[in-house]
Amino acid sequence: MQQTRSVEIGTGLFVLLGMSALFFLTTQTTGGDNFSADKTYQVTAFFENVGSLKSRAPVAMSGVTIGRVNSVTFDGDTLQAKVVFEIDSKYDSIPDDSDASILTAGLLGSQYIGLQAGGSEDYLQDGSEIFFVQDAIVLENLIGKFLVGGGSGDKE
Amino acid sequence: MTGLIRDIYNQVFEFVRTFGAFQLFFLRLVRHSPRMLVRRPGLVIKQVYNTGALSLVIIMVCGFFVGGVLGLQGYANLARFNAEDSVGTVVAMALIKELGPVITALLFAGRAGTALSSEIGLMKATDQLSAMEMMAVNPVRRVLVPRFLGGVIAMPFLVAIFTCIGLFGAHVVAIDLLSVDVGAFWQQMQSTVDPKDIREGILKSFVFGVVASLLAVWEGYNAVPTAEGVGRATTRTVVITAIAVLILDFMITAAML
Repeated sequence: MQQTRSVEIGTGLFVLLGMSALFFLTTQTTGGDNFSADKTYQVTAFFENVGSLKSRAPVAMSGVTIGRVNSVTFDGDTLQAKVVFEIDSKYDSIPDDSDASILTAGLLGSQYIGLQAGGSEDYLQDGSEIFFVQDAIVLENLIGKFLVGGGSGDKE
Repeated sequence: MTGLIRDIYNQVFEFVRTFGAFQLFFLRLVRHSPRMLVRRPGLVIKQVYNTGALSLVIIMVCGFFVGGVLGLQGYANLARFNAEDSVGTVVAMALIKELGPVITALLFAGRAGTALSSEIGLMKATDQLSAMEMMAVNPVRRVLVPRFLGGVIAMPFLVAIFTCIGLFGAHVVAIDLLSVDVGAFWQQMQSTVDPKDIREGILKSFVFGVVASLLAVWEGYNAVPTAEGVGRATTRTVVITAIAVLILDFMITAAML
């Protein structure tokens, strides 16, 4: 009887340990930035080129995550990429002439949207659109420009 | 010449026959499994304890050092590109997707698989299994199924524990010894590791659990009932499990890409 008890306690501890390890793995090693907000408002921006921006990418202002990208779709009317992202309602005083640029975290990191405050008295609210945008820098285009530019002076 | 061809034919024939018998054996275990789980959970719990809880020490020690050495190697090589901060990503990806399930399965074969097959082999050698049949107790159901189920249940937990301890080991090495920034370590890991990667790891751990316990039980049950036969069965368990796990790992990874 005593032996059965210790086996049961050992098994119980083992399974609990295993479950907490699984819990740790699923919650702590994934999930990206820890953005979670009860109330958010949606803002839209159109870009010529979004690079490799994905939904769930962070939206940052001064380097602090204040929101997250909801969707990246191609808009057939404007022939541009339409990016919808949500911002925590706590930050309700962001000027509506702020500009949004697609930036890269580190040299090889993932892409995110960086907001830079403008000077307007009006603030972004649900459904607003950001007009000042800066596209993702596509490395191939840069290299292409560099090569073509360098090649034009080549006399051969 | 004809003798040689006949030998090869017999070998191939024998291999196919064993493989088929193995599949049928697997189906037989699976068929009895739900009933044993409901009717005699005590037997299964005992085996979860034997294969899982008693393997914890080796799993935790090995996990810590595997994580630590990944941290060291990752740091040393990433430092050449000034990308030391990515060491968390490298370690987490390697542990969650590959090394966690594979190394745990190999350790499991060495620690629990050998114990299972030698125990069952010895039961067979000492006619305990035949004695059970005489008493109208089905040895497959009474002896093999709980051991198989115990391994299958224990394995995913062991893999999760191994991976966590590995991350902890990498954390200790990278942050406390090599002074990588703790925020960058975890933040880069979290932004790269996807729930999909964790699902892949869990799937692998489950498959390896089934394969490792099945092979151990199979080898024990089919051991030649002598001292030498039991020893040989134990060796074969480790060898075949290692080969099967590594081949399956390749196939699952290729399928999940």
